[in-house]
Amino acid sequence: MNKPIISVKNLSKQFRLGATSYANTSLREAFAMRIRAPLRVRQNNGHDPEKTIWALRDVSFDVEPGEAVGIIGRNGAGKSTLLKILSRITEPTSGRAELYGRIGSLLEVGTGFHPELTGRENIFLNGAVLGMKRDEINRKFDEIVAFAEIERFLDTPVKRYSSGMYMRLAFAVAAHLDPEILLVDEVLAVGDAQFQKKCLGKMKNVAQEGRTVLFVSHNLPSIVTLCRRALFISEGRLVADGTAAAVVEKYLSESAGGLPVAQWDDLETAPGTKRLRLRSVRILSEAGEVKSSFEMDDPIYVEITYSLLRSGLETNVGCHVYTYQGTLAFASNDFHDTNWKDTTKEAGLYRSVCKIPGTFLNRGAYLLHIVVSASYNFEPPDIFEKEVVAFELVDNGQSELRGRYTGEWYDGVLRPKLTWNTVRLSENG
Amino acid sequence: METIVQQTAGDGPVSNPSEKTSLLRFPIVLEPTKSWMPIALGDIWAYRELLYFLMWRDLKVRYKQTMLGAAWVIMQPLVMTLVFTVFLGKLARVPSAGLPYALLVFSGLIPWMFFSSAVTTSGNSLVGNAHLITKVYFPRLIVPMAAVGARLVDFAISFLVLGGLMYYYRIPLTSKIAILPLFAVMLTALALAVGTLTSAWNVKYRDVGIILPVLIQLWMFASPIVYPVEIVPERWRQLYALNPMVGLIGGFRAALLNRDLDWKAFAVSAVTTVLLLWYALYDFRRMERRFADVV
Repeated sequence: MNKPIISVKNLSKQFRLGATSYANTSLREAFAMRIRAPLRVRQNNGHDPEKTIWALRDVSFDVEPGEAVGIIGRNGAGKSTLLKILSRITEPTSGRAELYGRIGSLLEVGTGFHPELTGRENIFLNGAVLGMKRDEINRKFDEIVAFAEIERFLDTPVKRYSSGMYMRLAFAVAAHLDPEILLVDEVLAVGDAQFQKKCLGKMKNVAQEGRTVLFVSHNLPSIVTLCRRALFISEGRLVADGTAAAVVEKYLSESAGGLPVAQWDDLETAPGTKRLRLRSVRILSEAGEVKSSFEMDDPIYVEITYSLLRSGLETNVGCHVYTYQGTLAFASNDFHDTNWKDTTKEAGLYRSVCKIPGTFLNRGAYLLHIVVSASYNFEPPDIFEKEVVAFELVDNGQSELRGRYTGEWYDGVLRPKLTWNTVRLSENG
Repeated sequence: METIVQQTAGDGPVSNPSEKTSLLRFPIVLEPTKSWMPIALGDIWAYRELLYFLMWRDLKVRYKQTMLGAAWVIMQPLVMTLVFTVFLGKLARVPSAGLPYALLVFSGLIPWMFFSSAVTTSGNSLVGNAHLITKVYFPRLIVPMAAVGARLVDFAISFLVLGGLMYYYRIPLTSKIAILPLFAVMLTALALAVGTLTSAWNVKYRDVGIILPVLIQLWMFASPIVYPVEIVPERWRQLYALNPMVGLIGGFRAALLNRDLDWKAFAVSAVTTVLLLWYALYDFRRMERRFADVV
């Protein structure tokens, strides 16, 4: 077994609550505090449990040279704090980390870019900020320019660049960083889809070259493609460490609403109003089984059960389907359900099922918000539950859309089956 | 926690000849700093190119989209000299110790303007570069150093004007010019000390940035810039020299204008400067680990 290149032991980081307001304490307040309680300020220094939070708590792991490790978790779970400590930007409160190699960190692209300077000048400045030597930048200069595709604008101030050009240049510099340990935070969340693709490709190369990469992302599919191993951090603690696929699955099932079933047994506390209560939401397969993972061609059934507690109301049901990156894929309602058109309902238990067809959504994980209303115009809906259930679509290369194509599929929320028609127009091409 | 944490046999350095890149022999250890830490001079040396690029950026950006560009470096002290000469020299008849008043003021203004602009820009440098501090690691001291360094370039340029002025007034250069570099180094050290200290305090208390221009202005009148040091009664001179600018300005005038150097005043200023620099670096080091969290 190799010795680790990164060794993290019981790493913790404590933040004062309202750290930003603390930062802006004026001198006057600081003096006043000292005068009022000259000793307390010292005693409380960072150890008052009520005023502090642990952004990271007793995190330990080792990374071997050449490993690409993804770090996942909800916003505020401590992923970025971990990366900031490993990047030496901030100090841990306790614990220890050892890194046996040159570190390069990309917590954002374009750090240190100055709008007034030209593309050429910014390449050198940004390179230096990221820790590259001048010779190194000189050597890679042409490569960087070619990758960014900005040859013609090299001597234009970057403030005149389009945002796309700016991002390309910024990533190009970062991508040519040559450290032994690369720490990357969400940089791929920017730019257009094509550019993201290019960045992912570059990241893949970096990982394959045997560089050690720690990669924080919300983009679960890219974690699975880029990394063999993943860490799942929740509320500052490391809760899972294993193969990327397994950890992503655990993340999906553990994060709130990551399950295919949500159920409320107590009518009183179930979400809703006095006239309408949500009872359960389930994700079902064609066969009627509760299921969270589907193949591309499988239809997905969303079953919503609710109690109508008063008679004579017209109800509507809807679901909003979000990607895990937070994009609304689509929203659907049963307004057009002709069975109940202009019909009021008697009190009782109702079940609505929505069928999401196969060959419609793209691969990835999805979260559902559920809306039920007893007033036709949804103002305000009686039930509006966010992130109630989740499911994922896995591309195992078997979809009928593929024909004999076996390569990678494009990103995008949808992968719909559309009608294509080709005819021969004439004999001479 | 769920499974798969590889246990390793000891914490020794990695050495694997098949690796394409050579791994560091000694690890970078990240842990909470305990108390006093020495200034990592080696670290600053390793990042010298960043220091250079930050200075270069500073100079480059400052005069972009200005019509006169770098000519401002010369214009500023010239205009101020003109104003002081007319109002203080001619109208208020401030004594000039046997020198042309314009020359007295200009020879004081050159080091002073370097000092004040260096302190002002470095004082605001950490806050102004917050986006760098929260996103990348580098020795934080580089930031105020680069601000002082960039002003050093302006400082050098303004000596050309002084040369012209001395030629105009027929003041010959003497061998005393040889001690000029000593004062330039001392002045840079003083600017670095004050700039570093204010930059660190400014991160936590923005009040510092607001009050700084006022304090600088007061400091100017507490230093022999627009008046000769002889104006201060003899018995107060030692106390007066506690202001390190006194000894340094005196030194500049001695070296350039062939005047007697008040060694005693200079010694006091030198000691003050060294103590201040030591304290500034110590305090900066103490505060720097919280910069990214607080800025």
